[in-house]
Order: sequence, then structure tokens, then C-alpha cells
Amino acid sequence: MVAELRARVFAPVRALVTMLLSVAGVLAAVLVLVSSALVVVGIGRYAVPPAVWLLRKVADAARALVRMAGVDVRRPYGPETSAIGLLKARSTWRDIGWAFIDPVIGTWATALAIAMPLFGVYGAVVQPFVWRANERAGGINSFGPIHVTSTVTALAAIPVGLAMIAAGLYIGPPLLTLRASWSADLLGPSRTTALEERVETLVETRADSAGAQAAELRRIERDLHDGAQARLVALGMSLSNAERLFEEDPEAARNLVIAAREASSRALDQLRDLVRGVHPPVLADRGLADAIRALALDSLLEVEVRSDLPGRPSLPVESAVYFAANELLANTAKHARSATTVAISLHYTNGVLRCVVTDDGPGGADPMNGTGLRGIESRLAIFDGTVEVDSPVSGPTRVQLEVPCAIRSV
Amino acid sequence: MRDPIRVVVAEDLFLLRDGLVRTLTEHGFTVVAAVGTGPSLRKAIVDEQPDIAVVDVRLPPSFTDEGLQVAIEARRQRPGFPVLVLSQYVEQLYARELLADGNGSVGYLLKDRVFNTDQFVEAVRSVAGGGTAMDPQVVAKLLSRGDARGRTADLTPRERDVLELMAAGRSNAAIGQQLRLSVSAVTKHIASIFGKLDLPASDDDNRRVLAVLAYLNR
Repeated sequence: MVAELRARVFAPVRALVTMLLSVAGVLAAVLVLVSSALVVVGIGRYAVPPAVWLLRKVADAARALVRMAGVDVRRPYGPETSAIGLLKARSTWRDIGWAFIDPVIGTWATALAIAMPLFGVYGAVVQPFVWRANERAGGINSFGPIHVTSTVTALAAIPVGLAMIAAGLYIGPPLLTLRASWSADLLGPSRTTALEERVETLVETRADSAGAQAAELRRIERDLHDGAQARLVALGMSLSNAERLFEEDPEAARNLVIAAREASSRALDQLRDLVRGVHPPVLADRGLADAIRALALDSLLEVEVRSDLPGRPSLPVESAVYFAANELLANTAKHARSATTVAISLHYTNGVLRCVVTDDGPGGADPMNGTGLRGIESRLAIFDGTVEVDSPVSGPTRVQLEVPCAIRSV
Repeated sequence: MRDPIRVVVAEDLFLLRDGLVRTLTEHGFTVVAAVGTGPSLRKAIVDEQPDIAVVDVRLPPSFTDEGLQVAIEARRQRPGFPVLVLSQYVEQLYARELLADGNGSVGYLLKDRVFNTDQFVEAVRSVAGGGTAMDPQVVAKLLSRGDARGRTADLTPRERDVLELMAAGRSNAAIGQQLRLSVSAVTKHIASIFGKLDLPASDDDNRRVLAVLAYLNR
């Protein structure tokens, strides 16, 4: 409520700053163009980088304002620093384009956001005191539909002025957002750049995921080979020996059958552990929230799980988040020895699944240290998910997983 | 002679279902229905009004925890309706849900326990008679949680052994036999455990087991 009011009151100020930045943008863009022309005579080599730097500063300030208006925009710049590199960069020419085009299409919106409340202030607060002097000096006092010629008409203009202020403040933020959305198209990376970046990410995460998958299959194969498969071979041997001994030594045969039964139990145990590591039963039965509750019950830590998921995300997402949470719990148990309680919350808003794991341990966890977090990162990256670690020294440690996904209600 | 205990069996694997029916029949139970899906289990419980249902957690058509859901639902409609749940996996979460109503008459065992016929039959009898039969794996996890939280710190090693077997639902006689103690020694240990854990004493064995499980599940 207060924040909303503040946003409305400051909208004209932000509009003014936006317009000043437009002016600065045009000047900086002209500077870039002039210095680029000077490249031919050589001075440009030294003039272009600072000019582009200035233009980028102005554009960055404009981006900050765009974000303030609630529109997301990314910085499109690459690593280039040389004059030629900067002049070749698509982003430089897009910035120049922004500097010239943005004021043409957007100025009216910001101007209106400033002018309406300002005009209202004049009518409601200033005019009652100045109209007489103005009239004496030969000027005409009119305020909207009202022609001010007397105290009565001056007073009548006050509510009109107040209404104008209210209307101006009311439409201010949406006007700024409107302009910001146009500016964002010019200030953000071009479609081509955005797609290039996207392809790069996809190639990377695809390679990671293929590698992880191959490693996982190899682990399963090894576990089966050394575990259940070996037990079943032993079981078969016990049974065939028992078959042979049934007549001559029933007691020995009996012992072999008992051994076979035990071997089958152990094989089952190993298969169970294996399946739990591939796709845990509760996850299959009930979905993410209950699977994490089951994890919590299996943990020796005191784990509190809270979830307000309206349904179930797709199976791969569920599985990735489940194993990430599993890893985080194991990390807490292993590293934060003094941690006693862990809180896990699952929440879904605006198409993003958020899982936050907080412990009361000593903190100071280094996200760059250890393969656990890296593993979680690449697990989630396949779904454009992210991991954020906040672990100040002396705690608490808070890890936030975010995965954009759809949820089907159950 | 007592009337035979009437059992409904729900298991989707034909071989295992057949084995269960055979084992139960051999040991004097009457299997009134042997079904393979969740809906048919629901119907059999209503139609046959059995003394106990032996249920596989995972059943078609959904192949999720359908058997467990039907069992819990049946217990909601008929509080204390004896249910013995069998599964390839034991999950603390499911054990907790089965125990949640505090009515007892529940069992939750790994499927391989069926191989040990005597113990399995004892479990079915005990659950049908209002007792509890929790899988040793469930109990072991409950106890290690209890240990981690210092809940069993005051117990002597012997008392902890007794607690473990008691939590699994074994009778005093069975506990004595396994630990080579006289029944009166077992009774004394149990009294001491209840004193140390500050649990309400009770003459009813089943109540005592439930109190122990609730304490560990806390």
C-alpha cells in the first residue's frame, strides 16, 4: 500500500530522469558516431572506446530505470574492448538506435506522466495566489474548462487541479511501464544475440546431461553386475547343488536351500537400494512433496517440510529437484555438523518451482568448493533451473533452487 | 475350535498371490477373496467384511500406492480394521500414516518376510488380533532417529534390544525366546523402559506397543 503510493508519487521524478537520460543518450550516440568517423584519420582508435563506454553507461542507467518500472531487460554486451571490435558489435549499433528512436516513440508517455500532476499542482496550489497578478499584467487565466476571473472561479479550479494530480499520479506508473517495455526491446540483446546465447547454453547443458546420463547408466550397470546379478548366480549355484544332494545328504541340501533364501533376500536388498537411487518409490507414488517428506523422515536431522504445490511438475523436473534436495540434506549432515534442524519449503509461483533449504548450521559454505553443488547445478541447468547459495559465516545457510516448469494439478 | 480367520488378499503378481493364499490356507486361515487391483480390493473389503486384509502397497491400475490408500480408507470407515501391508520397500512415511490413527491392528512388512512362513503367519495372527507388526527395517530406522535425538540415551543395551523387538510387535514370549530371557524378566525390562521414557503403563500388550511407536515417531 505504502510502496504503491510511493511508486505513484515518484513516477514523475522517474519520468524526468528518463527524459534527461534520453538527452544524454543522444549526445553520447552523436559522440560515438563522430569518433567512429574519426577512425579513418586515426584519432578514432582512441576516441571510440571512451565514447562507447559513455553510451553504455547511459544505456545501463536507462536499463536500471526500465527494471524499476517492472520490465526485465538484460545487458547485451560482449567482451569486446578494441575500437574496431566495439564498432563491429551489434550491441553498439543497437544502443545508438535506442538513443535516437526511443525518445521519438516514448517521450510523450514520460512527458504526460510529468505534465499532468504538474499542471494539477499549478491549478490547485499556485493559481489561487497568482491569477490576480497575472490578470493585472494582462494575461489570461484559464484552467482546463474553467476561465479564472474571480475568487470563486479560482476556488472552483482547485478540485479540478486536485483531480488532475490524482489522475496524473494514477496513470504515471503504467505510462512508465509502457515506455519501459518499448525501451527494453531496444536496450536488450537483439533476437539474434539472445538466440546465440541460448544455443550456447543448450549445447553446454545438453553435453552435461548426456555425460551425466552415461555415467549414471554405467553406475547402474556396475551395481547390477557386482550386486544383484552376482547374488542370483550364487543362488542358482546353491539351488543346483541342493538338487544334487537331496537324496544322499538331505541335511546339507536343506542348508543350501536356506543359504539360497538368504541370498535372494540380499539380492532384493541391493535391487531396492539401486531403485531408490534411480527413482525412489514415494516419488513415483506421491510426487515431490511427499518424497521430500519421506527423505526428511529418513534423515537423522530434524527436518521440517512445507509445501504448497498446487499439483505435480513433470517427472524429470520432480526427479531433478528431489535428488538436489537429497544432496543438500546429505551435505548438511556431512559438513554442517552442528546443524540440528533443516527447513525445506516448496513453492510455485509465476511458472517457477522454488525449493528453499535452510539449516541452522555454522554457515560459510563455499559454493565453488565441492562437486555436490556443481552436480545440482548441472542437474537443474537442463531445465534452465538455477541454484543460489547464501551462507554467511556463523550461518544460517540458505540454498534456493529455482526451476521454471509447468505444473499439472492433481 | 475357534472360527478360522477370514482374509482378503490383494496382490497383483499372480505367483505371489497364489503363494500367499496357499500359505494362509495351510495355516488354517480362510481366504475369502484374492484380488489383484485397488478397486476390486475396495469391493472385496465391503462385500466380504473380512477379519483382516493382506495388501500389496502397489496395485494396478495406477501402480502407485493404491493398495495403501485403499487400506487407509477402509480403516477410516471401519476404525481398527486389521490391515497387513506388504511392500517391496518400507517407507517411514507410509508406516507413519498407517500408525497415525493410533488404533493398532496394523502391519507393514517387506515382501521377503513372507519367505519366513512362521513369522509371517504370526504377524497375520497378531494383526488380526489387534496387534502390530512393523518390519525390522522400519523399527531400526525409528530407533536410529530416536538415538540421534537422545531419546533412548537412558536405556541399557538390553532394554534397547527389548524396545526394538517390542516396537516390531513381537509378543513378550517371543521377545523372551529371542533374547533368552524369562517372560518375567522381559516384563521387568518393559516396566523399566516405560518408567525411563515416561510412558503411561498399561496391562494391554498392544497398547504398550503403540505407545512405544508413537514415542519413537514423535
